[in-house]
Amino acid sequence: MENFIISMIIAATPLLLAATGELVAERSGVLNLGVEGMMLVGAVVAFAAANSTGSGTLAIVAGAAAGMAMALVFGVLVLSLMANQPATGLALTIFGIGVSGLIGQAFVGVALEPLPKLAIPVLSDSTAAGRILLGHDAMVYLSLALVAAVAWFLARTRPGLALRAVGDNHDSAHALGYNVIATRYAAVMFGGACAGLGGAYLSLAYTPMWAENMTAGRGWIALALVVFATWKPGRVLAGAFLFAAVTQLQFYGQDWGLPVPSQFLAMAPYLATIIALVVISRDVNLTKANAPACIGRPFRAER
Amino acid sequence: MIRKTALALAALALAAGIGTGAPAQEPELKVGFVYVGPVGDYGWSYQHDHGRKAVEEEFGDRVDTTYVESVPEGPDAERVIRQLAASGHGLIFTTSFGYMDPTIKVAKMFPDVKFEHATGYKRADNVSTYMARFYEGRHVIGTIAGHMSEANKIGYVASVPIPEVIRGINAATLAARAVNPDIETQVIWVNSWYDPGKEADAAKALISQGADMIMQHTDSPAALQAAENAEDVYAFGQASDMIQFAPNSQLTAIIDDWAPYYIDRVRAVLEGTWESQDTWKGLASGMVKMAPYTNMPDDVKEAAMEAEKAVASGERHPFDGPVTDRDGEIRIEEGETATDEMMLGMDWFVEGVKGDLPK
Amino acid sequence: MILLEPRPQPSRALTLLSPVIAIALTLVAGGLLMAAMGRAPGQALYVYFFQPIHEFWFWLTLPADQAAMWIYTPAEVVVKAIPLALIGAGLAVCFRANVWNIGAAGQYTLGAILGGWIALSAPEDASGLWLVPYLLGGVLAGMAWAAIPAFLKVRFNANEILVSLMLFYVSTQLLDFLVRGPFKDPAGYGFPESRDFGAGLIMPVMVEGTRLHYGVVLAVVACVALWLMMGRTLKGFEVRVIGAAPRAGAFAGFSRARTIWFVLLLSGGLAGLAGALEVSATIQQLQPTISAEYGFTAIIVAFVGRLNPVGAILGALVLGVSFIGGENAQIALKLPKAVTGIFQGMLLFFLLGCDTLIRYRVRLAWAARA
Repeated sequence: MENFIISMIIAATPLLLAATGELVAERSGVLNLGVEGMMLVGAVVAFAAANSTGSGTLAIVAGAAAGMAMALVFGVLVLSLMANQPATGLALTIFGIGVSGLIGQAFVGVALEPLPKLAIPVLSDSTAAGRILLGHDAMVYLSLALVAAVAWFLARTRPGLALRAVGDNHDSAHALGYNVIATRYAAVMFGGACAGLGGAYLSLAYTPMWAENMTAGRGWIALALVVFATWKPGRVLAGAFLFAAVTQLQFYGQDWGLPVPSQFLAMAPYLATIIALVVISRDVNLTKANAPACIGRPFRAER
Repeated sequence: MIRKTALALAALALAAGIGTGAPAQEPELKVGFVYVGPVGDYGWSYQHDHGRKAVEEEFGDRVDTTYVESVPEGPDAERVIRQLAASGHGLIFTTSFGYMDPTIKVAKMFPDVKFEHATGYKRADNVSTYMARFYEGRHVIGTIAGHMSEANKIGYVASVPIPEVIRGINAATLAARAVNPDIETQVIWVNSWYDPGKEADAAKALISQGADMIMQHTDSPAALQAAENAEDVYAFGQASDMIQFAPNSQLTAIIDDWAPYYIDRVRAVLEGTWESQDTWKGLASGMVKMAPYTNMPDDVKEAAMEAEKAVASGERHPFDGPVTDRDGEIRIEEGETATDEMMLGMDWFVEGVKGDLPK
Repeated sequence: MILLEPRPQPSRALTLLSPVIAIALTLVAGGLLMAAMGRAPGQALYVYFFQPIHEFWFWLTLPADQAAMWIYTPAEVVVKAIPLALIGAGLAVCFRANVWNIGAAGQYTLGAILGGWIALSAPEDASGLWLVPYLLGGVLAGMAWAAIPAFLKVRFNANEILVSLMLFYVSTQLLDFLVRGPFKDPAGYGFPESRDFGAGLIMPVMVEGTRLHYGVVLAVVACVALWLMMGRTLKGFEVRVIGAAPRAGAFAGFSRARTIWFVLLLSGGLAGLAGALEVSATIQQLQPTISAEYGFTAIIVAFVGRLNPVGAILGALVLGVSFIGGENAQIALKLPKAVTGIFQGMLLFFLLGCDTLIRYRVRLAWAARA
């Protein structure tokens, strides 16, 4: 059970990072379907940085910066040029798969020390709770802190309020004097940084290596989690853990000898997500209140 | 201006043709390779590309090689293979099972081009098939696991239930149980050849459920890394020597070495001796190799080397009878050995294997 | 700072010119990329973009005996464009209604599954008439799979993006289970494949020596029909009004729920048809991989075609050229696939970015305010 929970936390971390970033972008009214591409570029750049500098911190920063660079390309297209958001996001994913493959050519088959665990002697080893809660690497705690920070930022701060205003009604927000485009640029770049971090977690800690396409669809799951969470950071956390838990069940279930074909176990996380969404969505107040009304709609200042 | 541009394009078109990169010196033979994954997968496709590079090195300017990577096993494969044939490639290696029918189809259209299809069973006058007896390597790692396992539990991270994978699971389990009859193999299907995260998760699940030997039939080194990060767990590399990913836990690795075969076949075409054939070679030919034996006591190392030698020399077969399946039915009688036909269609688990097996 | 000034009316000239500008920009950027990789830019760009068009020209102009060999690649572009156009046209209508069916790949897969079940149940010497129930089966299965997000959206307000996307993953596992179990060819050495479809269940080829099949007729008819529906019928008007202004639509007596059902069933049915068609025409058996990615690529197709069902045909052809150009570049120029992906990404960026020119004038302003 203990190992199950630890595996679940690790599996949830890249999803949590990427989804939290996408949540902020979507809350500002921008839908970026390019999460998978940004994660891949973040993963390869972080790996390259770790490989050449030996510094985990630098590698994490580099991964975030790479995700931001990708997000900037997206931002220029959809915010400055008002290109269509879903299509540009998909193109960003194709682009990111290519870019990461090209950068990664030199790193195939290269091994890397995993990020160190922040073990606290005695405490993190002696009890089950200690082993589950303590003793992860820094990025696990970073992802949890990020969720808390984003929740606080959106709910309690003025810039957070401005960001939500921009996402809910960009015309009124503009009339109130908020800079819609600048806010969205910031949100999109933040989303890119988080996706880059999610990718970096894969190539630095989850499976410390670089292999082409190693995200294997996690960017799409992160996108789905944002919708699932009805744009609330706390629910992203719950969703990521639920999804990761059911994914782990797929493996543990086989070991326990559940008499179910493995393909049906593999379907379970997706079915569970749908069911959970239906349960949440039944209450209109839960979803309508948070969904950014302007999502996907381009904005141009009249002046 | 427009006319000029058009002329320039036409000239370019002629220069480009389809495919001739117009090298200074025309090579004697152009060799094409079609891969199912990216060459950067560090697994199946990576090893085939390794073979391609060995061909380039061996023959230098005499041959020119081309590869097309990440070609899905569907309608795209036929076009890619055809494009290679139409652009002057005289020998084409198609390296995944799903390319079987497209390869046969294109071969009919290009009778002068030679084709080599890996892991399939359909041949033609200009289509050979080739495959490696990886299960011979699995016998060796099974033997090692039999000696090394203290928990009596092997964890097997498996990709998809096809005969080749099932054969590997069975060969390893039989060998391990020959050493230590209490050993059981727990299989977890990842349902993918390639998802490092899931491969790691499956390995971790197996380790946490008490397996202390991790075997894998998936492409990435993720399962080995999981073993490296656990205490007292050992693992075996797949496709290439993965010791750099698990310096303290890799016992050995089963290496796919396509280089000698590819060099042989290219030479055969160059010398005009190429014929359609079915190749299924193992340890003896060097198509399957064992990485250095590490992280084990000397007596286990000796047992491993002995097993390797016995299989390579043909003195021992990984499927020597009696073999009983897990429902108790005798599949191979005492004194008999599995035929190639039986191994090619293997869809049952031997005694001691636990896990789902689609019927 | 980039400033956009709206034009009083969308520019006619730029509607046609913007793709040309986009391609020109891709050529420049792609040329720079090639040069940076140490390749001859001209040759790379030729192989990537113009070779299929050029070969089509040869086929048209050369005498028949020399022309035949040149049709293959252009025909392949069309073969690739058929499923993309079918799915893309359906998605264009769906997106116009502001309904986001992201899981067309799942509906495509279900179309292939039910079609495949019919094909495998048919006698091996079945006549070509079996193609009718086969393709209808594909349509129905696609509709059924799309009905799930429609029902959950209308009844429980569940977001269709998420439900349709999740159902794609479910569909791939279902196909995987079927081809490894009930549909597996008993004579196939245990490999996860069905037996080959009987000859009657294979879409007939239109042009000898190519894989161009009669599905192209279906695709063109479907796209034109949807175009007419959107432009000329009350239903099309309803879809557009509900998409652009749901409240106004409600005043006009249009039902949002009915529109959601309509567009999801429509796009699902077309995706299912595409799946059945593709399996019958090019794969001719069921296997775990059946090019379901078409369902995602078609989203780009819909937007490159500016959410116009006929535009989807053009969008599908552009994507087809860029895929096949990418393959040819790997063969002819030995470029790694990664580079062709970067190239394709750039092309799409420029295509999407240049569409802005149709409705806006672009001004570059430096710091000073105009």
